[in-house]
Amino acid sequence: MGFGRYVLQRLLLVIPTLFGVTLIAFTLTYLLPGNPALVKAGALATPEHVAEIERRMGLDRPVPVQYWRYVTGLLRGDLGESSSTGRPVLEDFRQRIPATLELTLASLIVAVAIGIPFGVLSAVHRDTVLDHLSRLLGVGGVAMPSFWTGLLLLYVFFYLLGVAPAPLGRIAADVTPPTRILGLYVVDALLTANGTALVSSLHHLMLPALTLGFAVMAPLTRMVRATMLEILESDYVTAAWAAGLPRRRVIYGDALRNALIPVITLLGVIFGFLMAGNVVVEMVFAWPGLGHYAVTSLMTKDPGPIQSFVLFVAVMYVLVNLGVDLLYGLADPRIRLR
Amino acid sequence: MTDLLEVRDLTVHFDTEAGLVEAVDGVTFNVRSGEILGVVGESGSGKSVTALALLRLIRPPGRIVQGAVVFEGTDLVGLSEDEMRAVRGTRIAMVFQSPRTALNPVLTVGRQISRLFELHQGASRAEGRTRTIGMLKLVGISEPERRARQYAHQLSGGMCQRVMIAMALATSPRLLLADEPTTGLDVSIAAQILELLRDLGRRTGASILLITHDLGVVAEVCDRVAVMHAGQIVEVGAVRAIFARPLHPYTQALVRSIPRIDRDVTMEPIPGIVPSLLAPPPGCRYADRCPRVLDVCRRDRPAPRAAAPDHEVACHAAEVEDAPARG
Amino acid sequence: MRWRRLTRNRLSFGALCVILAVTLTSLLAPWVAPYDPDNPDAEATLASVSMRHPLGTDVYGRDQLSRVIHAGRIDLLVALCATAIALTLGSALGAGAGYRGGWVDQLVMRSVDAIMAFPAFILAMAITAALGNSIANVVAAIAITHVPIYTRLIRGEMLRVRETEYAEAARTVGNRPHQIVLYHLLPNCVPPLVVQATLAMGFAILTVAALSFIGLGIHPPQSEWGQMTAEGAGYVVSGEWWLVLFPGFAIMLTVLAFNLVGDTLRDLLDPRMRGVR
Repeated sequence: MGFGRYVLQRLLLVIPTLFGVTLIAFTLTYLLPGNPALVKAGALATPEHVAEIERRMGLDRPVPVQYWRYVTGLLRGDLGESSSTGRPVLEDFRQRIPATLELTLASLIVAVAIGIPFGVLSAVHRDTVLDHLSRLLGVGGVAMPSFWTGLLLLYVFFYLLGVAPAPLGRIAADVTPPTRILGLYVVDALLTANGTALVSSLHHLMLPALTLGFAVMAPLTRMVRATMLEILESDYVTAAWAAGLPRRRVIYGDALRNALIPVITLLGVIFGFLMAGNVVVEMVFAWPGLGHYAVTSLMTKDPGPIQSFVLFVAVMYVLVNLGVDLLYGLADPRIRLR
Repeated sequence: MTDLLEVRDLTVHFDTEAGLVEAVDGVTFNVRSGEILGVVGESGSGKSVTALALLRLIRPPGRIVQGAVVFEGTDLVGLSEDEMRAVRGTRIAMVFQSPRTALNPVLTVGRQISRLFELHQGASRAEGRTRTIGMLKLVGISEPERRARQYAHQLSGGMCQRVMIAMALATSPRLLLADEPTTGLDVSIAAQILELLRDLGRRTGASILLITHDLGVVAEVCDRVAVMHAGQIVEVGAVRAIFARPLHPYTQALVRSIPRIDRDVTMEPIPGIVPSLLAPPPGCRYADRCPRVLDVCRRDRPAPRAAAPDHEVACHAAEVEDAPARG
Repeated sequence: MRWRRLTRNRLSFGALCVILAVTLTSLLAPWVAPYDPDNPDAEATLASVSMRHPLGTDVYGRDQLSRVIHAGRIDLLVALCATAIALTLGSALGAGAGYRGGWVDQLVMRSVDAIMAFPAFILAMAITAALGNSIANVVAAIAITHVPIYTRLIRGEMLRVRETEYAEAARTVGNRPHQIVLYHLLPNCVPPLVVQATLAMGFAILTVAALSFIGLGIHPPQSEWGQMTAEGAGYVVSGEWWLVLFPGFAIMLTVLAFNLVGDTLRDLLDPRMRGVR
């Protein structure tokens, strides 16, 4: 069956990619300056003590063995320890993932909710003011560094207009976070009918989500516009119109449905941009997520978290792309029913 | 026989980056009730644009500059978009070239037909489905229930064309515009499709405007034929008359270029190419390729004249000299 | 309809001028900048835009205009080096992979796939963190993340052209492999390479700026646009907007210019790559 083969192909490709990813991550960890055993033992340790720890950590073994220990450790959930928090990195991750997840989802919603309609309208009303504006934003948006956008938004909406909160985290200092169900403040607040927490967390989520959403919107709008333009010229759109279907229905029904399918493939790339942008945006707004954690650890000469963070992001990226490929296969009947 | 469709002086221009393209220029012809009119010409002669113009499907940068398209007594050019929508698909329908690309790839073929029943006849989903199966049977598709649930890429070219015809005839239109319905199809399949069209035309009483570049197709199914060159109609008449006694040099060249199996003739391609429609010459557009060109041809555009009952030609040279009878 | 083409060309021409202007100012920074960027002006600390200091001053009283001009040197230098290295390395790998095929091809392509499995900025972060904070390491990090672009491009061209009779004929005449590569295949590759390299310059600048912003890469006493923005970030909440606006704007302007020129080059040089406008 055609589709079964498609799925199998994709799944099989993932394995060598993940292998390559762990290899690169391992190389980078291996390259880290400093002796992890020394770090663990502490500055006052004797050379014998350090050597003992080295042996226990397997640092005296040949490289392939170390790699094997690394990978098996990963599968066990051992991502090393953070010297600044004193806890296993995995624990720190667990605590901070919801923040990053919330920001990523919110930004994705912003990008999709604004980017796609913008692209569609831009294509339908080609060469009008709207179209030029969207193309301008598309070209300009890609060139604007996300930290700059975030800081400018902060200046305008916090300092000048006073409608946004200070960049101090996910929720106002005097509001208790909602009971943790998923860790996503907005969702949890909704689920527990916690009005104050809901308002406060939305308020704090606003600017970061807009910043990151705007940063990834540009490629989405461009692709939607280009695909729509192509489809609007196609024979089946003219044929549908010739059959008496109202033009609106042909555009927003037939054409759009076809246009959204290739857009699915873009979602994987957008996820990559989101993760990259996350790091910067979390720093600008002091958003306590994974990116913030990785960067602040680095500043305190704690090298472990950043490599684990990078590995985590890469694995997520690969899996998300896989998911996107499968989704695309399901959505397009030409692939689903080969 | 009354005229179902009367096209008078239809002119369509395209405002492109390269300049103004006069794609269709002063085209005048009639389609009678129940007949099959062929429109034949080379690529770029404006045949498809004419058909799209009839249904007011011309989009910017193109526009209908002037002309009248009188269908069942109403001039379609003056109608609003909403009024035109009521005509499309119900009273006039169109079948497109390359059937695979003319079908929506993400909707089942059955859905593409049944929704027309829902739209034009207020049918329910179930009714639409039943009528769709009926239509698919009518156009000769076997296992219609199974096929209706399939997508365009799962059907052969010939089947896709049948589906297109089913879509077009779903609401029993009075006029069917068929744009190169057999191009790209196997010869045997093409013959079946033509047969189907003629058959359905007779059964429903609909007229067909058949656009093609293939004179063989014209000879096969058409009652009358209009010959187009560079956006203009150069000759119109009954098929037998045109083939027996082509008057316009272009028509003569076309007829001469048909390969014949019954005797030895040298195949003569038509010299030159269709003139650019960006800055078309003021006189006859065939002048540069015409073996019988006169001075007046380059100055004045020839007006259509009746050479015989039901046989019109637009040519200066044709009047001057009787075209030799074919023998 | 026609004016659209003209404005497009005027826009790209403008962009080209911007690139030239930025490059020249950077090269001639010591002579163009009104003040010594490291020299504090004790009388005008944290001063807003004025005639004396058109882009304001920072908390130490350093003139921002001079600093922006000087910082541009680092940005352009890093971007240029990284792009040049990636282009050379990537093309060589792609040519080798495409021409040789077999296990060489597999090895190169799997490596490239592994690199592309990381979002580019994330990988650059990891590499810089692993190698240490220095300009050279940032250049290396960006170069590594850009290599796949060129490798895939050249390999694709290679595969395409290898099968043509052109190459076959060259082989039969007795040309050696590297001759075929150099004289027959490379000329085909130059247009898309130029387009990609131009666009990549923009990405490189954004990457180095973002890396420096989070503290990786360029750090004082060197200044770079992203690093300057990071310094000014803390002052936004108290209203000193000029410290953030101008360095960031410099980034945007330069990247935009490269993107516009790259797009125009793509339309002109390689119709195959042309998307719907």
